[in-house]
Amino acid sequence: MSLDVAAVKRDFPILSRKIEHNRLVYLDSAGSSQHPRQVTEAMTTYYDLHHANVHRGVYTLAEESTSMMEAARATTSRFIGGATANEIVFTKNATEAINLVAHSWGRANLAEGDAVVVTQMEHHANIVPWQMLATEKGIELRWIPVDERGHLDLTDLDRLLDGASLVAVSAMSNVLGTINPLRRIADAAHAAGALVLADACQYVPHLPTSIQELGVDFAAFSGHKMLGPTGVGVLWAREALLDAMPPFLGGGGMILDVTQDGFIPDGLPAKFEAGTPPIAETIGLAAAIDYLEALGMDAVREHEVSLTAHAMRLLTETVGEKLTIHGPTEPSERGGVLSLDLEGVHPHDISQVLDQHGVCVRPGHHCAKPLMKVLGVGATARASLYLYNDEDDVDALAAALIEARDFFSF
Amino acid sequence: MPGLEDLYREIILDHYRSPRNKGELETPPAHRTEGFNPLCGDEIVVYIDAEGHVVKDIKIGGQGCSISQASASMMSSAIKGKTFSDIKDITRAFKAMMSIHEGKLDGSGTEHDDVPEVKLGDLEALRGVVKFPVRIKCATLSWNTLAEALAEVSEAN
Repeated sequence: MSLDVAAVKRDFPILSRKIEHNRLVYLDSAGSSQHPRQVTEAMTTYYDLHHANVHRGVYTLAEESTSMMEAARATTSRFIGGATANEIVFTKNATEAINLVAHSWGRANLAEGDAVVVTQMEHHANIVPWQMLATEKGIELRWIPVDERGHLDLTDLDRLLDGASLVAVSAMSNVLGTINPLRRIADAAHAAGALVLADACQYVPHLPTSIQELGVDFAAFSGHKMLGPTGVGVLWAREALLDAMPPFLGGGGMILDVTQDGFIPDGLPAKFEAGTPPIAETIGLAAAIDYLEALGMDAVREHEVSLTAHAMRLLTETVGEKLTIHGPTEPSERGGVLSLDLEGVHPHDISQVLDQHGVCVRPGHHCAKPLMKVLGVGATARASLYLYNDEDDVDALAAALIEARDFFSF
Repeated sequence: MPGLEDLYREIILDHYRSPRNKGELETPPAHRTEGFNPLCGDEIVVYIDAEGHVVKDIKIGGQGCSISQASASMMSSAIKGKTFSDIKDITRAFKAMMSIHEGKLDGSGTEHDDVPEVKLGDLEALRGVVKFPVRIKCATLSWNTLAEALAEVSEAN
């Protein structure tokens, strides 16, 4: 069933606001997506009628808030095809989820001389935690290169994997849109005795996800890029791995017992959720997932492939040869993340002109400075599409880009 | 909403198209300082050739948006041949125009005191940047880098 975008748009109050006299054209969903009223309503209902701390009281409200949050965990697990809700750890964002793995699994399992493999297209969130660990533990960081078509160059994969303990790889690039062959990488990594962590922040919101089929061992994603609220991220990992890992943050909620002599950590997933969790945010995330599932992730993906194809064609035709769209040229191999270069116009200036038209795109390095270096640019202007965008939005982008091109032509 | 013409005055575009004092100086004798805007990835490199407390020559390298490049270009023209003390006054006057009052920041003064009476010339064209708060950092990147360079040179002497 194809997506009824006009109906979808009506669910997002922010999309009917104006920026001065212009219709808001929101093209920064890779940075953070907007929310349907169903998400904010779920959170408001929770705060208005059910709020109490979770896993503590025996009174009715505490029972309700606990069961609402645990239902959100089950929903999240089902959405990505997890085996059990115990494999879902709620964090404050995806960055914290990756740091959790680096601190807990990394510190317990990596020693001097071990290697972690990352890629040149990673977000800083999947680079810096490993660099910090490399400095602390004396481990080696190896880099899978990116080829000129915007794909990972896996020619030397077996050599890079030789003796490696972990591969940390983006499921879909937040700059190029490239969908990476996770299954192939995971199979090769497992054959070499390494685990795989997927940064799935750009993947889970946009594609039907079966975590089992991807074949990875850890995955991180965040609520606010999939119609949910900020303040909640998700770490998924195989239960046996989480079971064997030491706790990350210490505090209330993560212990079975504490004495003057020490503590005994609780079981999963409480072991990794010290302190009061983002309760309302997990409930908002579950409402976002319900919303996505009601539309159908196949329909979401189909809409984005078709809109991405339209955008790439229209922008290339109308803006002309001064425009470069980074990343794979084939829409079926990529998500709707369009990193744009307009010859002679800096991304900051592009975005400024676009803002005058109500068009929101993101200028900058997109927290992927090593990739910017590979691309030979300091920054790009990134337009990213989601289920509430349509051809009118892309037309507005094209018109504004033409104005930027002409304003700065000399 | 302020319009594009408030931000992109013709003289700014002129400095962006034809940046003054673009390039490098041999180090040593020149001094090289890098400045970064971690938000957008812009990088400015300031080369200073100082004799005593006078900037004899200045070159600007790096890459950035029209505002950061134009500001660096205008800055280089405004401070070339000036003493460190004059440059400090120009910098304070420029930053005051950008609504940054350093006396106020360090708590030593009120908002409008102690801003040197300096003619900013071409730099006046950047006044419109204040209406676009996100871009103030673009306009001040080269000035902060210059201040760091002068401090390093003073320390080395």
